[in-house]
Amino acid sequence: MTADEQAADQAARGESERVDVTLTVNGETRSLAIDPRTSLLDLLREHLALTGAKKGCDHGQCGACTVHLDGRRIVSCLMPAVQTDGRAVKTIEALASPNGELHPMQRAFIDHDALQCGYCTPGQIMAAVACVDEGHAGSTEEIREYMSGNICRCGAYVGVVSAIQDAAAKMRRT
Amino acid sequence: MQTFSYTRAETVEDAVRSVAGAGPRTCFIAGGTTLYDLMKLNLETPNKIVDITGLRDLNHIDAGGHSELVFGALARMSDVAAHPQIADEYPAISESLWRAASQQLRNVATLGGNLLQRTRCVYFRGGEPFACNKRDPGSGCAAQQGNDRGHALLGGSSSCVAVYPGDLAVALVAFDAKIDVLGVTGERTIAVEALHREPGTSPNVETTLKSGELILRVRVPKTTMGRASTYHKIRDRESYAFALASAAVALDMDGDTVRDARIAIGGLATRPWRARAAEQVLAGKTLSQRTARQAGDAALHEAKPGRNNSFRIELGARTVADALMIARQRA
Repeated sequence: MTADEQAADQAARGESERVDVTLTVNGETRSLAIDPRTSLLDLLREHLALTGAKKGCDHGQCGACTVHLDGRRIVSCLMPAVQTDGRAVKTIEALASPNGELHPMQRAFIDHDALQCGYCTPGQIMAAVACVDEGHAGSTEEIREYMSGNICRCGAYVGVVSAIQDAAAKMRRT
Repeated sequence: MQTFSYTRAETVEDAVRSVAGAGPRTCFIAGGTTLYDLMKLNLETPNKIVDITGLRDLNHIDAGGHSELVFGALARMSDVAAHPQIADEYPAISESLWRAASQQLRNVATLGGNLLQRTRCVYFRGGEPFACNKRDPGSGCAAQQGNDRGHALLGGSSSCVAVYPGDLAVALVAFDAKIDVLGVTGERTIAVEALHREPGTSPNVETTLKSGELILRVRVPKTTMGRASTYHKIRDRESYAFALASAAVALDMDGDTVRDARIAIGGLATRPWRARAAEQVLAGKTLSQRTARQAGDAALHEAKPGRNNSFRIELGARTVADALMIARQRA
């Protein structure tokens, strides 16, 4: 079969031509051949068994799938995984120190009771760390504005805001 | 989601050639926050996607030039919003960006893609059960007999009343911005105001771009009016929502007298809407609460309400008036 015939054959069977992707996930280089329809979220959860990032809406509206790509927060559900070739992803799994010591933001979420069911929490924490790193945690109003992409159905927002204020002070000291 | 083939463009010429010659179901992908979302809903069904995110010469932000601001089409929304000179000298542009979407989306979404963002009409996005002339030409418009609370009051037709959802384009229209686009026959320049079409009888055709044309950059003429500007956005919730009504305004003041005003409105029309009648109301007048409100009324003068959205005439007029008073403080 020619390449074109092969592609047509795959399309007829409802499959896409695989694309090679090499990315760094939590410091480790990973190479995969993926269907180009795969989202970064599905790559993390289904291919790499990193289930910390959660699938809420799958349309970029809830923030539960937030991870860092090259140091910036993104929603992994709206990121085609093929576009992460050569780039670095960090997920909630790599936020604590290798010795198990929690990141100040993780500690603050516990201390401030910033969750109820916990489903949005990995996304909230990854967004919150970025919010502080960006310099967008200067006031309650600013935190609320820059955390508005993370929805908490349990309504733990008051705890989330106070956790971020607490963690921001500790993160700035370190 | 339908299957597709995926390639990465090495140069802008390569990108344009790959898309222009490959049929209507071939498209560019940049940040993908609109396209990939709509592909998940089977509202966009490309069979070939050309990734342009590797085109490094399209992600520049140049605010240092003599006569204009220049933004590469791949400049990210968050980077342009946070650019100190833009925030200081053109607050309307910065605000139109940081008051849109969430920081996670703005970190990925590009200016070129943002201009081409498609409507959030629930009947368009809802798919199959709903008639939609934009999605399925000739099928009808479910909004006409449905809940049109969020639909357009300006620029609609009996075929479609879907709102153009973007914010940046509204600010750009107020500043007479242009885009440069590249097609197989070469480069041309389009005013941002001439980029989006009103639906008329063909709501499926949303822009004046030709097949395969790629936005290269956005150019904004420099003006001292930039400092006395704002993008005021009213939503159902305080943040992370589309506009029920918005206004981009910029002022040139001589004391309390308006020398020149620029007014464009968003969230209310089928395309970014420059409100020249409102600008004329203010020219040469003293700016006060009263004249600001007269300008707001003029901006909405041609509004045609549907079944559930007439409250947004008053809301739109007040949004324009409040925006003018905010800009006044910056003059």
